[in-house]
Parts: sequence; structure tokens; C-alpha cells
Amino acid sequence: MPESAVVESFVEQFGALRDELPGADLPWLRDLREDGIARFARLGLPTAKVEAWKYTRLRPLERTNFKPAGASAQVDLEKLPGLLPHASVGHRVIFVNGRLRQCLALLADQPEGVELGGLADALRQDPETLAVELSRGSNGTDTPDGQPLLALNTALMHDGLVLRVKRGTSVALPIEVIHVGAPGNEPVAYHPRNLIVLEPGARVTVVEHYVGLGAGQYFANSGTDIRIAEGAQLHHYKIQEEGPDAIHIATTHAELARDALYDAFILTKGARLSRNEISVRLAGPGAECHLNGAYMVRGEQHCDTTTTIDHLAPQTSCREVFKGVIDDKARAVFQGRITVHPDAQQSNGHQLSKALLLSDRAEIDIKPELEIFADDVKCSHGATIGDLDRDALFYLRARGIPEAAARDILIEAFLAETINNIAAEGLCPALMSSVGHWLGSATQRTEP
Amino acid sequence: MDSLLEIKNLHARVDGKPIINGLDLAIPAGEVHAIMGPNGSGKSTLAYVLTGRDGYEVTEGEVLYKGHDLLAMAPEERAGAGVFLAFQYPVEIPGVPNTTFLKEALNAQRKHRGEEPLDAMEFVKLMRRKTKALGIPDDLLKREVNVGFSGGEKKRNEVLQMAILEPTLAILDETDSGLDIDALKIVAEGVNALRAPDRASLIITHYQRLLEYVVPDRVHVLARGRIVRSGGKELALELERTGYAAFAEVAA
Repeated sequence: MPESAVVESFVEQFGALRDELPGADLPWLRDLREDGIARFARLGLPTAKVEAWKYTRLRPLERTNFKPAGASAQVDLEKLPGLLPHASVGHRVIFVNGRLRQCLALLADQPEGVELGGLADALRQDPETLAVELSRGSNGTDTPDGQPLLALNTALMHDGLVLRVKRGTSVALPIEVIHVGAPGNEPVAYHPRNLIVLEPGARVTVVEHYVGLGAGQYFANSGTDIRIAEGAQLHHYKIQEEGPDAIHIATTHAELARDALYDAFILTKGARLSRNEISVRLAGPGAECHLNGAYMVRGEQHCDTTTTIDHLAPQTSCREVFKGVIDDKARAVFQGRITVHPDAQQSNGHQLSKALLLSDRAEIDIKPELEIFADDVKCSHGATIGDLDRDALFYLRARGIPEAAARDILIEAFLAETINNIAAEGLCPALMSSVGHWLGSATQRTEP
Repeated sequence: MDSLLEIKNLHARVDGKPIINGLDLAIPAGEVHAIMGPNGSGKSTLAYVLTGRDGYEVTEGEVLYKGHDLLAMAPEERAGAGVFLAFQYPVEIPGVPNTTFLKEALNAQRKHRGEEPLDAMEFVKLMRRKTKALGIPDDLLKREVNVGFSGGEKKRNEVLQMAILEPTLAILDETDSGLDIDALKIVAEGVNALRAPDRASLIITHYQRLLEYVVPDRVHVLARGRIVRSGGKELALELERTGYAAFAEVAA
């Protein structure tokens, strides 16, 4: 299917659905959606000519006719793989194909001041607040490529996570959000829209777990808006284990006020094609951002991490470390831009991208960019690409550890360096066991 | 009894350059042998050939270990069969705790020999016994393998590994170089503790110093890739006085 036909097909879907979408009776939302679809139609799917998409082709998207995902998928919520021990989770929210299925407080005595639910419900219950929150962001219009997929999300968004943490509220236990992709007989698409708002001084940990149930094509095109007010702290961990034929596109915009903290980590394992595009605006003095991640891809997987961090105020800081392991014919992309604007004096920005290529046909494209318009700043960036350390491999083998196990030990150690920085209790072991599982499943893969 | 290790007419090269040129050496079980020689004589190359490092190409000759073709075995199989190399330059492995490494290594070797792996408790007990015996501080175990270790700590860590793995054939590649007298004694204790009728050690060294604490049964002089002279422990003392110049010429 040519690219234009894909665009047309989504535009037609919008035409058919516009009166049934949540909030169809809200004029501001109609306008927002109409703007979105118009922008998507105008921009089309990103091609290689668009700088931000130079290394990531959307071919699997161009080749497939995705139908809108309905609410019919049958999933046994009790059998979903849990990432965190039950007792260490405060709330659990489950979405299936982008629609809210369950929103539970698992433990009593959860603090007041947490509003948690789905977007579709919130549009019925409190549209005025959402009108402000969903409209005040740029929705990607100020990005170099205009973010056509976020525009598509804006047009077709149906449901998603809405989390508000009130002023001064500190939520001790993590909120676990499980996004289930349940592919059916036909390829389906859904466009979750998540909203996380922290009022001044609020603190919360959100663990997002994307899981795919079985093979089958689906297109999960999410958009996430994050607002962190003065002195508030958001710890945001995302584990992406979508199905093997999934396309996972996640566009995130985060804005931080004075002395706010955004501490994010992304583990990417799943999906045929995935892209995490994250823009962070350090808008208030003293705002701080940790944007870290690890990815493991093999077979014909493609994994793209594109980040932009804007230092807009003085004494802002960011630390960004992404580490990846790429095997077989898989391909990874890391594009990281840090911009220190003229007003952002005495800011720190540090970025590091490290990748291990485990096969001759594995590939990575790394594009670090540092733009500095202030004169009193400390910034650095670095990128390394390599194979496993041969000396270390021999050392382990000379002690009796078989080659395959020795390789696994070194890969685990490589990823552990970044995973071990995660503060949430119980999450590091869970992620390391996820890494172990990935390594253990290597023998079952089919060589091309 | 045949020799535990028997090297016959060994030729080996590195990057296409011949380094070992017709080396013969037999080490009977129960003995400690020392190989001494000038820089560039092929001492470390011999150690790597015996342990199977990539890039060390054997072009002629054979090496029998307990009567089996050692060169046909993968590095981990040699280790599993009881061959141990104390590295001249122990490798740093960031992200891998020393204890984890030691436990993986020991249990891999036990598995190779058809033995049950040690569980966590048994392993901790073993470690405690060995570190105490060698006077090695516990914190060395908690740190990542060799990362940030001083030269002396790295060598101690090699000796600790040797003590835990209890090899049948221990090869020490200049383990004594750069060590103060206390560390040297730890190395010597490690080797002496392994002395047994069914084991052997090969100590590769520049200096006679270590041999004051580990008395060798035989001393060999390696020059230009061959054993050019062999003798008893007194040969080490003689070399200390005369240096290697004479042997370099003999081999030429």
C-alpha cells in the first residue's frame, strides 16, 4: 500500500468515527481532533526526507491496513504477567488495546489526593479540566517534523491514563499501569493518550508495562503529556515488551517547573518496530531530568530512541544514559539532542550512548547533538559502539565458564550498569530477570 | 606415571610471527617447575597457548595433558579439566561482582566434572575459609572483578581464584612481578597449598625471588621460544647472578 493510501485510510477512519469518539459533543475536543487529522493528512507519514526520521522507516505501517481496535478483545486480567510483587504496588491500572479495563487500589490506606482513571471516563466527568490540560501543550506543532503520528493520536485518541497528584501529596507505592496489546485476526490500531499531572510538591512513581499477548500485527500509537509543577517529582519507568509483530510508537512531552524532577527509565525488548520520542522542557530554574534506558533487540527488530531536552531556565540539569544490545539483523537508532538556551546559565547536561553489536549484520545509528547558547554551562556527550570485550570473554572462559554463558554474563553486566540506577524498590531485580530471560531465549531464535 | 603435562616440539606464532620454536617440556604430577627467561622469550605466549587464547596459533607439535590432546579443547574445557592460568594482567570486568564470578566459575567447573553445584550457603562457607587462609580481605569479594584493584590486589585475586578452583595444573604467569613481600608470600602460600602428588604447577617468572618461597623441583630457561637449559633449583640462583645474556646467544 503506498504511503498516501495509508494516510487516506486513517483519514477515512476518522471520518467514520468522529461522532462516536469519546467527547464527540465537546466543541473544543472536536476542534482539537479536526486540527489533528488535518495536520496528519498534510504531513503524511514521516519519510526518510524528514530529518527526525532519517534512520527509521515505517514500512511495516505502510504495508498494512490497520482497523480501529474495538473493545472486544478477550483477556483474562488475572493471568497477566505482573512485573512487581503484588505487595509493592499501590494501584494497578490495566488497559487492553488502549481501553481501560481495570483501575484498582490494591492496598487500603492509599493517600488522598490521587486522581487515577481513564481518559474516556474523565471526558464525561470533568471535561473542563481536560480542555485546559489537553490543549495547552503544543501537541508537537513546534517540533521540526510536526509529529504527524502524535497528530494522528490527537485525532483518534479514545482512552488512556489520566493521573493527577494533588499539591504536596506523596504516593509511597508505585502505580503500575499495564498496557496490553491483544492482537486478533486482523491488524488493529489504537491511540492511547496519557496525561500525568503533578501539582507542586507532589511525588509519585509510575511503572508502565507494555505487554503483547501473542503474535499478530497491531499498531500502538501513544501520546503522553507530562506536567511536573514546582518541586514535584515523577519517577517514570517504562518496560516495553510488545508482541513480535507490533509497531510501538510513543511520543512524550514533559514540562518541568522550578526544582521539579523527572526521573525516567525505558527498557525496550519487544515490538517489530518501536520508537520512543521524548521531549523534555526544563522550564523552571533548578529543574532536573534523568532520562535513561536500555534496549535489547534481535532478529529483524528495529528500535528507535529519539530525545530532545531543552534547558530553558538557569541551573537546570539533565543526565541521559542509554545502553543497548543489538543482535542478528536488528537495528537501533539513538538520536539525542540537548539544547541549552541563552537563559539557562549554570546548567549541566550529560549524555552517553553505548551499544554492543553482537553480530556482523546488526546496526546502530547514533546521532548525538549538543547545542549551547549560554556561556556558563557544563555539558558533555559521548557515544561508544563495540563488541564484547574479548579479553574479558577469554578471562571468563579460562575460568571454566562456557562461551555462551560468558557472553551472557558480560551482556548482563553491560545493561546492569544503567538498570541498577533505578530507584523503585523491587524493579531492578525484575528488570534484570527480564534481561536474563531475553538472554536465555536466544538459543530458540531462528537464524535467518 | 606419565607426565601430567607433556609438550612436544611445540611451534606457535602470534600475528604470523613465530614465538615458540620447538619447545619440549614434561612436568610429572607432584612437581613444581619454573620457567625463567628474558622478555620476549615466549613465556606468556606459552601460557596462552596452554590455555587456548584466540590469536595464538600452533603450527607444529603437540601438548598432552593427562594423556589427552590439550590443544583440541576449548578454553573452558581445559579449565574444567583442571588447567588454571594466573594472569599476568588480570582483566577488569565492570558490572560483575567478584563473588558472582567466582561462584559461576566454580559451579561451571563442577558441572563439567559431573558434580552438583554448590548452593549459596556452601559457597559462602568455602569463600570464608579460603579468604581467611590467604589473609585476603572480604571487601575484595564484594567489588566488581578486578575493577579499581591495585596491582597487588589483582594478583591476590588470582591466587584466591586458584585456591577456590583447586586446579590440577596451575600456571602462574609472572604473578610475582610488582609485588611487595607480603603479597609475594600470599602467592607462595597459594602455590604451596596446592602441592599434592596428583597436581603440578608451572611458575613463569623473571626473578628468583618467588622461588625462595616456592621451591621448584625443576628450573627451565626459555630463550627465543625454546627450552635451552634445565636444572634443579640452584639454576635459578645462577641465573640471578649471570643474567640471561648467555642463553640468548645460545639460542641464536
